[in-house]
Amino acid sequence: MSAVRTQVLADLRDRISSIEGESARKSGHLPFGVAEIDAILPGGGLAHGALHEFAGGGSGTVDGAAAALFAAGIAARTKGPIVWCLTRPDLFFPALAQVGLLPKRVIFVESDQEEDVAGNMEEAISYGGCGAVIGEMVRLPMVVSRRLQLVAEKTGTIALAVRRWRRQTEANDFGQPTASTTRWRVSVLPSQELPVPGVGRPRWFLELMRSRAGECAEFYVGACDGQGRIDISTGSADRQDQTGRSRYSG
Amino acid sequence: MRVGMPAAKAQAIFQGLMLVDADPVADALALDRLGLWALGHYSPIVAVDGIDGLVLDTEGADHLQGGEMPMITGIVNLFRARKLTARVAIADTWGAAHACVRAINRDTVIVPRGEIVRAVEKLPISLLRLPAKVVQDLRILGFQSIGELSAAPRAPLALRFGPEVGRRLDQMFARMNEPIDPIRTADLVEVSRSFQEPIGAAETIDKYVGRLVVQLVAELEKRGLGARRTDLVVHKVDNTLKAIRAGTAKPARDVAWLTKLFKDRTEKIEPGFGIEKLVLVAVSAEPLVEEQKVSSLVEEETSDITPLIDIFGNRGQRVYCMAPYASDVPERSVQRISAVAEAVDETWVGHWRRPVRLFDRPEQIQAIAMMPDYPPATITWRGKRHRVKRADGPERIFGEWWRRPNELDAVRDYFVIENDDGERFWIFRSGDGVDPQTGSHKWFMHGIFA
Repeated sequence: MSAVRTQVLADLRDRISSIEGESARKSGHLPFGVAEIDAILPGGGLAHGALHEFAGGGSGTVDGAAAALFAAGIAARTKGPIVWCLTRPDLFFPALAQVGLLPKRVIFVESDQEEDVAGNMEEAISYGGCGAVIGEMVRLPMVVSRRLQLVAEKTGTIALAVRRWRRQTEANDFGQPTASTTRWRVSVLPSQELPVPGVGRPRWFLELMRSRAGECAEFYVGACDGQGRIDISTGSADRQDQTGRSRYSG
Repeated sequence: MRVGMPAAKAQAIFQGLMLVDADPVADALALDRLGLWALGHYSPIVAVDGIDGLVLDTEGADHLQGGEMPMITGIVNLFRARKLTARVAIADTWGAAHACVRAINRDTVIVPRGEIVRAVEKLPISLLRLPAKVVQDLRILGFQSIGELSAAPRAPLALRFGPEVGRRLDQMFARMNEPIDPIRTADLVEVSRSFQEPIGAAETIDKYVGRLVVQLVAELEKRGLGARRTDLVVHKVDNTLKAIRAGTAKPARDVAWLTKLFKDRTEKIEPGFGIEKLVLVAVSAEPLVEEQKVSSLVEEETSDITPLIDIFGNRGQRVYCMAPYASDVPERSVQRISAVAEAVDETWVGHWRRPVRLFDRPEQIQAIAMMPDYPPATITWRGKRHRVKRADGPERIFGEWWRRPNELDAVRDYFVIENDDGERFWIFRSGDGVDPQTGSHKWFMHGIFA
């Protein structure tokens, strides 16, 4: 009985994905390597050939620092060149290099018009040879996001939109629906406590606000490490950094 | 001392003045050479203008130089580097540009769109490209400026001087077309297609551009060249020329690559009454030898994205890579390099934390801190107070006296601070906290961490 059921279910899934387009066939998934997060995401990771959206929380809506670093960490774990489209060139590359993104991999495309960013992203995604395409944008209307999503489905390139507003009050725009596959909000949290005065590993509050065919979730994570990986952090009081003590106490 | 002064008079003013005979033939040859150089660099349509100038139709080509202003200042600087003086003007029409460039005292001028009348009405009529005799006669009649002449009734003028006066005025004010007949050399790779019936539909243009690209690529292949600059010149039935220029970062001989660059912009061609001829010219070509593509048994994924870079470049976007530069001063530690430059393998030293966003100019903040080397207890930035909960530092950075002598004593002490909400900032104090020689001891916000 159950064998029949699984077969029927698999058949149904196939049919649904064929209706949705060829995305499911081509794309793979980029796992975070964190069991808790990968279990929530359908397919066990961020889908290739899809648009993913990131925004900061609080004052991060304006500077978009954590969201950009999170996206950079994801891009660092892909293969191939990376195209980063932006209008405000205030990114400091040494920080991105610290999450494992090599400078020779990233090509920046700077435009004067906010509207050109989406066009440049679409061009880069449709080219197909890139590992990831990142765009820092203010507005992401439904039509634009659907275009990006469809182009990404066609080529299997992972598209990352980092939302960044000019004022914190404009950020309620993030509630508007878009066609992106997943939508994340990355807010900064106080860093991990060290046994000595100092700033420990940064921590983020990661909200998965939307996930196509999946559930929403919230995580407390430690920020990207040297290879762009995040990990689950259970709070600042748990002293995960016992090994770090010897470094300070000599 | 001015142009047109009698030689004897000049000799009377300056002692030991050296006189050199004019050599119009050599001048014309030099101007021709200059024109060919401009054809390869700046614009698809270049012609010699009079005996002392060049006229370039830069519409659709200026983006490759970063826009109109960077382009013309670049031209002036290039000439200045060779101890020559050049004047450059951009206007809507050949006539207006011709008049403005000879009237200005500055090196460059750009007449905004639709402002021709205001720009030229005060200029003397000698700049109207009329025969000297006609100009002389008009002066006798009392006409001094172009504005006066254009306000006068046409019929008596035409009766007295013929149609030339009215024609030059119309050409200047863009009431009449004045096609520029571009110069060409024998070794340019050029393919063209004339149509029996004028074409206009976007699909048709696309189709023939595609065929021309195939022809051009075949022609380039025969000569072992790759195109760096390619022009599409559109001849319309009303005797006007339009040109689109596409540049590539590397020599290209790929049909799909070149076609894509033109198809992106053929929609911008206004066919008007129809197009009767399309010409595709590779104005700048470089040797391109055959290369073995696949060298291993396993097929590797292509990661050459030069065609993509060209697409962005031809759209007028700035495309660049970041590369490390050996400097401890944060804003100097990154440099922009060309996106097609040789890949550099080295990266930044990763011992110290660096912020994701770095401000162009550090913003001054108010801070309460113990002096010499403690981090602040609170800071006020953009009118908001942040209590510092955790901090790291100082990381001391010394001025680079070998770049600027007044940085000899300069010191910056950087701190990583974190407020109650977990926002992390990168702040610095100018000066080491003891010696006022090293800095003003004011605090600045320089970056934001993730």
